[in-house]
Amino acid sequence: MIRRFLAVLKARNLEFLRDRAALGWNIALPALIVIGMWLIFSGGDKPLFKVAVLNGATPIAQIDNAFLKTRYVDFYPVADEIQAESKVAHNQVDMLLDLRAPKAPRYWVNQTSPKGYVLEKILAGETDVRYTRATVSGRAINYVDWLIPGVLGMNMMFSCLFGVGYVIVRYRKNGFLKRLNATPLKAFEFISAQVTSRLLLIMSITVLVFIGTHALVHFYMAGSYLTLLLVAMLGATSMISLGLLVAARVGSEEFAGGLLNLATWPMMFLSGVWFSLEGSPAWIQATAKVFPLTQMLDAARKVMLDGQGVTEIWPQLLALGSMTVVFLGLGSFGFKWKNE
Amino acid sequence: MPLHPTGQPMPAILEVRQLVKRYPGVTAVDSIDFAVQAGECFGLLGPNGAGKTTTVEIMEGITPPSSGEVRYRGEPVDARFRQEVGIQFQSTALQDFLTVRETLRLFRSFYNRGLDIDELSRMCTLDEYLDRDARKLSGGQRQRLLLALALVNDPEVLFLDEPTTGLDPQARRNFWDLIRDIKARKKTVILTTHYMEEAFLLCDRIAIMDHGRIIAEGPPATLLAKHFHDVILQIPKGDFTVTPAELGIEVLDAGDSIEISTADVDGVLRRLMEKRVSLTRLQIRARTLEDLFLELTGRELRA
Repeated sequence: MIRRFLAVLKARNLEFLRDRAALGWNIALPALIVIGMWLIFSGGDKPLFKVAVLNGATPIAQIDNAFLKTRYVDFYPVADEIQAESKVAHNQVDMLLDLRAPKAPRYWVNQTSPKGYVLEKILAGETDVRYTRATVSGRAINYVDWLIPGVLGMNMMFSCLFGVGYVIVRYRKNGFLKRLNATPLKAFEFISAQVTSRLLLIMSITVLVFIGTHALVHFYMAGSYLTLLLVAMLGATSMISLGLLVAARVGSEEFAGGLLNLATWPMMFLSGVWFSLEGSPAWIQATAKVFPLTQMLDAARKVMLDGQGVTEIWPQLLALGSMTVVFLGLGSFGFKWKNE
Repeated sequence: MPLHPTGQPMPAILEVRQLVKRYPGVTAVDSIDFAVQAGECFGLLGPNGAGKTTTVEIMEGITPPSSGEVRYRGEPVDARFRQEVGIQFQSTALQDFLTVRETLRLFRSFYNRGLDIDELSRMCTLDEYLDRDARKLSGGQRQRLLLALALVNDPEVLFLDEPTTGLDPQARRNFWDLIRDIKARKKTVILTTHYMEEAFLLCDRIAIMDHGRIIAEGPPATLLAKHFHDVILQIPKGDFTVTPAELGIEVLDAGDSIEISTADVDGVLRRLMEKRVSLTRLQIRARTLEDLFLELTGRELRA
């Protein structure tokens, strides 16, 4: 069994490494995106102010406060003071307002944040009430720091789903799977070799791109590299398994392409690759949690931006592991070697 | 049924019993029975859509039957069967970017026992191409690689599904030589083909299928002797200067020439000479499997 698994694994690795076009594309695309984003965003963040509001049970719209009517400022409610403070520290939020006690309002700004400074001046001009000022400090998280895990994750997602999905459908369509089925090779041996091969290749490429981009862009990395590697491996395994599930029975590349697009596009927009879902409707945030990419990016950003470890991100790791088991189980069970 | 030197019937290595395969709206295989003896080359012939490939794929264990069964050495087909048979499909893609040697190694690793890669490449005359990308082989080289893959486990039973379709005449003849070598190694071969010459040259016994049923079965020479007692005389149309009515013999139009089928060659030749038909370019040929095939199935073979 191990012998057959290793033989298929080796053959698949050779196929990928010799397919220069695919290999080049897998390395070039994420590097290009990262460099592009760096060029665009290194000049400064988006010209929009974000203010988190600790408002208790009262909806923001019903609070009588002139500052909250300021245009071009996005006020959104938060409940967790500690978490919100950390966001101010990382410049993910420009100011935190505490309006839970109307008589004694408070605010936090980051001392190094230019936007925080501007908002502070606006607040002073808009109100007579005396606010308690608090400052937090921390390394500013630029959009590019936040974006890096998203772009790397997105590249992994496409590589996992299309790389495995298309290859298997092509093998099935051209009869190679049927030929393998005529040998003692078992579905499980074949599938696990495909998963392992993809995982090895994706992890190698992602690590290389990570190192290269880090040298170029110097993005922020607060947590442990080992934990991040674990997150990436679990995430990649779950997405490869999803690709296998999609390709388990499909007989045409066109249909597979449609299904893979159906799986990847919602993740592109709803998993927080390009922008945070914070502030978006709760049902969207809840829906996004079913995507493996959401869980992976969530965990990766906690490690990279907040320096969290396995003890904090275990719910995401558990979710990724469970998804892998479900996708792989269903995929192996329903696997078809040939088109009828 | 072939007899063992002791006079006992040889045990069948593969038996097909009451095999039926239905697809929506069509019965591809309609309750067929036959047995393949160890060491023989058994040919399954039939027009396209006759049910040959379906039958063979059920025998190979690739397609499940609707009913009926296939027995290998008297037992239902099990895991041992996959280890002991070799299969060459009509068309097979291989893994991209692998050389001939790597492809052979990949398949060799699937089996517990088998042939050495060097021995295999010698047998199938692939030595020169071992390090070539498998996609860059010619049609004949490719078929030899597919044959080598089918032989990689030194199988007891070899299935060949239309192995020479699309090959040029020389490559086809080379391939036939390889099959003869395999037969000489006492392997059982099950061959589907629509080249009647191929079946005649290679097969010890054939079964002709049409509409999912077997309509004739036996050694090629026996089948021909049973169905035909005549030979065919062919005369180019330019030389045939009389009308069939004047000749008093039934004549078939066969394109550039006319054909007369007869068991009384002397009589027909005398008649032609009386009518002063030139016999310089006359050809006499024996009945072939193709004639038998057309007689039994009533349709042309289509590639």
